[in-house]
Amino acid sequence: MNKLRASVLMRHEVGLHARPSVKLTKLAKAFESKIDLGLSPDGPWIDAKSIVKVMATKAPKDSTIYFRAEGRDARAALDALVTLVNEDFPDGP
Amino acid sequence: MDLKTQRFAHRINGRPAAPGVALAPLVRLTVAKPEGRRSGSTGSERQALADAIEASKSDLIGLTDKVEDADAQAILSFQIALLEDENLSGPAFAGIADGQGAHQAWCAAVDPEIASCEQAEDSYFRARASDLRDLRDRVLRHLAGEIDQAVPAGAIVAAEDMPPSVFLATDWKDGGLVLRRGSPSSHVAILARSRGVPMIVGVDVEQLESGAEAVVDGDAGALIVNPDPAQRADYRRRLTEQAEANKAASSFSGPVLTASGEPVKVMINITGLAELREIDASKVDGIGLMRTEFLFQGRKELPTEQEQYQVYRQMTEWADGRPVIIRTLDAGGDKPIEGLTEKGELNPFLGVRGVRLSLRRLDVFRLQLRALARAAVIGNLKVMIPMVTVPEELDRCRVLFQSAVDELRREGCEAIVPPLGMMVEVPAAALTIEDFEADFFSIGSNDLIQYVAAASRDEPQLADLACPSRAIFNLIRHIVDHVHRSGREVSLCGDLAGEPGQVAALLDQGLRIFSVAPGVLANVRAAIARYPGKVT
Repeated sequence: MNKLRASVLMRHEVGLHARPSVKLTKLAKAFESKIDLGLSPDGPWIDAKSIVKVMATKAPKDSTIYFRAEGRDARAALDALVTLVNEDFPDGP
Repeated sequence: MDLKTQRFAHRINGRPAAPGVALAPLVRLTVAKPEGRRSGSTGSERQALADAIEASKSDLIGLTDKVEDADAQAILSFQIALLEDENLSGPAFAGIADGQGAHQAWCAAVDPEIASCEQAEDSYFRARASDLRDLRDRVLRHLAGEIDQAVPAGAIVAAEDMPPSVFLATDWKDGGLVLRRGSPSSHVAILARSRGVPMIVGVDVEQLESGAEAVVDGDAGALIVNPDPAQRADYRRRLTEQAEANKAASSFSGPVLTASGEPVKVMINITGLAELREIDASKVDGIGLMRTEFLFQGRKELPTEQEQYQVYRQMTEWADGRPVIIRTLDAGGDKPIEGLTEKGELNPFLGVRGVRLSLRRLDVFRLQLRALARAAVIGNLKVMIPMVTVPEELDRCRVLFQSAVDELRREGCEAIVPPLGMMVEVPAAALTIEDFEADFFSIGSNDLIQYVAAASRDEPQLADLACPSRAIFNLIRHIVDHVHRSGREVSLCGDLAGEPGQVAALLDQGLRIFSVAPGVLANVRAAIARYPGKVT
């Protein structure tokens, strides 16, 4: 199966730190697809469902975040993740 | 010289991490090293670690139920998420399978993550090392069968570092915190600020001894051990002022009243969405100044219309019907922006800045007006133009705004022209305020002061000229009188509004709307509440 891809500019004031990474990994885990995150279109890729790995990217403000996903709900997963980052990690329901 | 034997007043300087003062007995925490646990078989070690992780998780979930503020919950949920992550526990269980003890394997798995955080360039990421250490030690304590180290209530606590979970489990009433490690951006500092616990960092706590009376001065970043009677009296007075300010802040809802019973509005100045997360919208009268420069600074490409729209929209939603005054880009002067502001101006403060630049870079201005016109549909958004000198500048902005709205509607997008106001910071505009058809006004005292006094605020030798003077207060009165007579509103959003010592003088001029940095809200409200009315 082909990997779907998406990217989004992160404007969060202090980058991908504690609160945003909790939100991002929780959302990623809600999908069954395998989802990777990278800071360049060619990787290196890390598991978007692991908070340890996501924190370790230390992505600063104004980074472009790249996602790739593979699985039945890959499209929905990418849309949801891009929206989360684009809307600056709003507090969910 | 051994400081522990000294009984005279002794001042130790650190760095401020959370404002306020506290006077209380000093308690130095020592780290209890979990050791002496004997390792068992691979199977029992695996079980011991799994149990310790599970027990730590239920500690943290229990703490989450007790705390009420969003910051504390976010910090705890971050630690819970880390505990649930197999990328953290996996290597530890692998280590046990290779014959390591649970304690050793857990440290071997977590320590590299701590080291990686500590190496980060960004202070926010470096500060996360403290969360990981907190988590590591909690699991270690469970492995060793220890219970949480109790921190006494109402003390000035001095420690090497303090994990957020220990901070949250402590009663800080009248107490304060002194750490050697940690930084103003550590989680514990964020918590200390949001709960009003005075805190300083960077103090060598080894030399401190429990039991001595001490003062933590979170404003100056100092610890005073065994304060002398004069210092005590001074800090007692500040404690009283602080208690009054806190009372004024916590009892506040709706407009604050002067002692003479007049309502005054207090709004906030912000630069981004992050600041709003710490503020309850119902406790302020809206956003009096949103500086959009931050959207444009420190980046390679200018922000898109969509990006700006998202920020303006979220601010308007946060305010929930209260006014949100967004200032269009005020670049130039002391705020150069790569690719936008003019290079090599001889005198940038008197150069192409604010609306002067916007009207010369219509491509950039048009995008901002479109984003604002779209966000204005959502709530009580108002737009303010900086550095207006003559009425024609404001008139041109209004025409451009209308054409941006027409364009958006043709594209099938909802948009309206919001109320359009202006900053009053150029003396020419202040002196002819009646000529301007603005829907509202906001006095920019920082620039107004330096233009009226012809003295730069960045020149230390001229500090006694570049300050509020009778000339400034007369000008403010002139503006306020005219605006009120014409049935419109005027606020003051410069640093002057945030100086408690100047509040009475501003109220004397008739000003009734202040817009200040969130950090000085309580002090400004307290100063307003003390105002007895104009002495005539």
